[in-house]
Amino acid sequence: MSTRAAELVSAPISSKSSWPIIDFTRRLVRDKPLGAAGGLIFLIFLFCGIFADIIAPYGINDTDLHRRLEAPSLSFPLGTDHLGRDVLSRILYGAQLSMVVAFLAAGLATIISIVLGLASGYFGGKVDMIIQRMVDAWMTFPDLVLLIVVVSVVGPGVPQIIIILGLLYGIAGSRIVRGSVVSVKENMYTHAAQSMGGRNLYILRRHILPNVMPVVIVLFTTRIGAVILAEAGLSFLGLGVPPPAPTWGSMLSGTGRTYMYLGPWLALAPGLCLTIVVYSINVYGDALRDLLDPRMRGR
Amino acid sequence: MAMNEIESDPLLQVEDLKVHFPVTEGVLGRKQVATVKAVDGVSFSLRSGETFSLVGESGCGKSTTALSVMRMLTPTAGRIAFAGEDITRHTPAMMRPIRRQIQMVYQDPFSSLNPRMKIADIIGEPLVVHGMASDKTFYRKQVAELMDLVGLLPNMADRYPHEFSGGQRQRVGIARALALRPRLIVCDEPVSALDVSIQAQIINLFMDLQQELGLTYLFIAHDISVVRHMSDRVAVMYLGKIVEMADRDALFDSPRHPYTQALLSAVPVADPAIESHRPQQLIVGEVPSVRNPPSGCRFHPRCVQAMEQCSQTAPELEANQQGHLTSCHLYGSAEGRLASAEVPG
Repeated sequence: MSTRAAELVSAPISSKSSWPIIDFTRRLVRDKPLGAAGGLIFLIFLFCGIFADIIAPYGINDTDLHRRLEAPSLSFPLGTDHLGRDVLSRILYGAQLSMVVAFLAAGLATIISIVLGLASGYFGGKVDMIIQRMVDAWMTFPDLVLLIVVVSVVGPGVPQIIIILGLLYGIAGSRIVRGSVVSVKENMYTHAAQSMGGRNLYILRRHILPNVMPVVIVLFTTRIGAVILAEAGLSFLGLGVPPPAPTWGSMLSGTGRTYMYLGPWLALAPGLCLTIVVYSINVYGDALRDLLDPRMRGR
Repeated sequence: MAMNEIESDPLLQVEDLKVHFPVTEGVLGRKQVATVKAVDGVSFSLRSGETFSLVGESGCGKSTTALSVMRMLTPTAGRIAFAGEDITRHTPAMMRPIRRQIQMVYQDPFSSLNPRMKIADIIGEPLVVHGMASDKTFYRKQVAELMDLVGLLPNMADRYPHEFSGGQRQRVGIARALALRPRLIVCDEPVSALDVSIQAQIINLFMDLQQELGLTYLFIAHDISVVRHMSDRVAVMYLGKIVEMADRDALFDSPRHPYTQALLSAVPVADPAIESHRPQQLIVGEVPSVRNPPSGCRFHPRCVQAMEQCSQTAPELEANQQGHLTSCHLYGSAEGRLASAEVPG
């Protein structure tokens, strides 16, 4: 008999681990090396952010006015800024803040998008009408106006930024989720689940959500980048995380832009970090999307 | 067969079912500009253990009838009773226990299975939905039995739908419909999306299962030969109404309604010698819009035997001595009886 058939039967059993996460990591490394690399780079940044206190050679506000705008050297691997602060240390601490803001805001945005998108797309009719008109109303306000109003009322700070950015991107993103839900809902398996007596919450959880996950994952990973950049813009206007706390955004658009000709490393360092993190999370997100799709297995 | 069993309580009874959809226009102060009468006064009943087929062109309302029976739609008027219980106005909560007894098999075996669920999970889903999966060993045993019943191998349990062919997927869909041991299965064109060679297998599976489990089928189809093979009784629908309803043999051997005659004559005969010489009665024209159906008998604009009367009054569905129901003026009057003698048959 064919040995190939025997392989097919035994293969899934031998490679299955009792720990799904190990099994998943193995598949990630084997099938999607680029995605695995993205995930690893991202983990490194996360690690640096978490342990910034230990890794950073200097404090974030250790100024040395004699050594301003120094080019990268052995003692200052990424140079110093206009106040003589070590850029590397600020990047590391900035990773902490930027990552926290990016993750929480993008996470909040994704949750809002899912909840609004599922309700609007699945229930349709009047529910859809009401939710979508409210989304329309919200989107007629320019983002900046909303931000300025909120920050001037409650004052600048990290929690405010997270909530406001989460709302902004979440409500806009709900449109995308809704569209995907509407198309998934048309599949007969949704109808089948309804006709066998499945309750709405069950159908949403079991049938709709898993099938809109590809869209949700892409939404989340693109939002991460967008949030980091939005936070940069806010910090530039003085509405973001207040100085002297370092964020990549403020380093890039604040000192980075001002001293672009005198010290290009001031903009390059946070800019490159931003690019690398956003790219790696996107690559990882794509890999995740493919791996979670059973149709893509074994290809 | 079977006409004497009509006294026994029907499993499903549909009386004067009407499903109308409003057509609205305008953004503010939506106005109803028309009504689509998708199903307009359909009555039939299913006895336990039989296969009843609804045939007709697309758009004739057969699927809408099926969806009403499943109570995925609320009928505009009429009455639907399942096992003696009137379910016409049941709320979703009231329908839940009844849904265990009515299950559905779908036309498209690709969109009817969730691509992200394993075969075993799809088949066992009705058990999960109805809270019968808490006992894991019982659940696994049930799923294994169902897979065996429809001819799926045990090692397929952990695979995903995309790894299967259309016929195998349809077997999965059937196993899912059987999971709750229903009494009635509504089959909405269950073989029309399959290759002809696979169709026969699936039809035989349906018939074997009926014998084994005593199932009742409401079979929706447009393929005449499939219907002839499977059914005990057949109803022909045209534009939301039943035009003819009879036992299978009576309907196929001596069709009475001109529409049925035309429908049957459109089925090709496998022998080319016969095929090239046999009389054919083609239907002219397109199916009229349900939004604006013809007056009188809805078939009259396309009917070769249309009389003056046909465009004025709608014929009633009337039975002859053998219980063969036909809705046609040809059989209502003396004049009509004369005409029926000339009907090729």
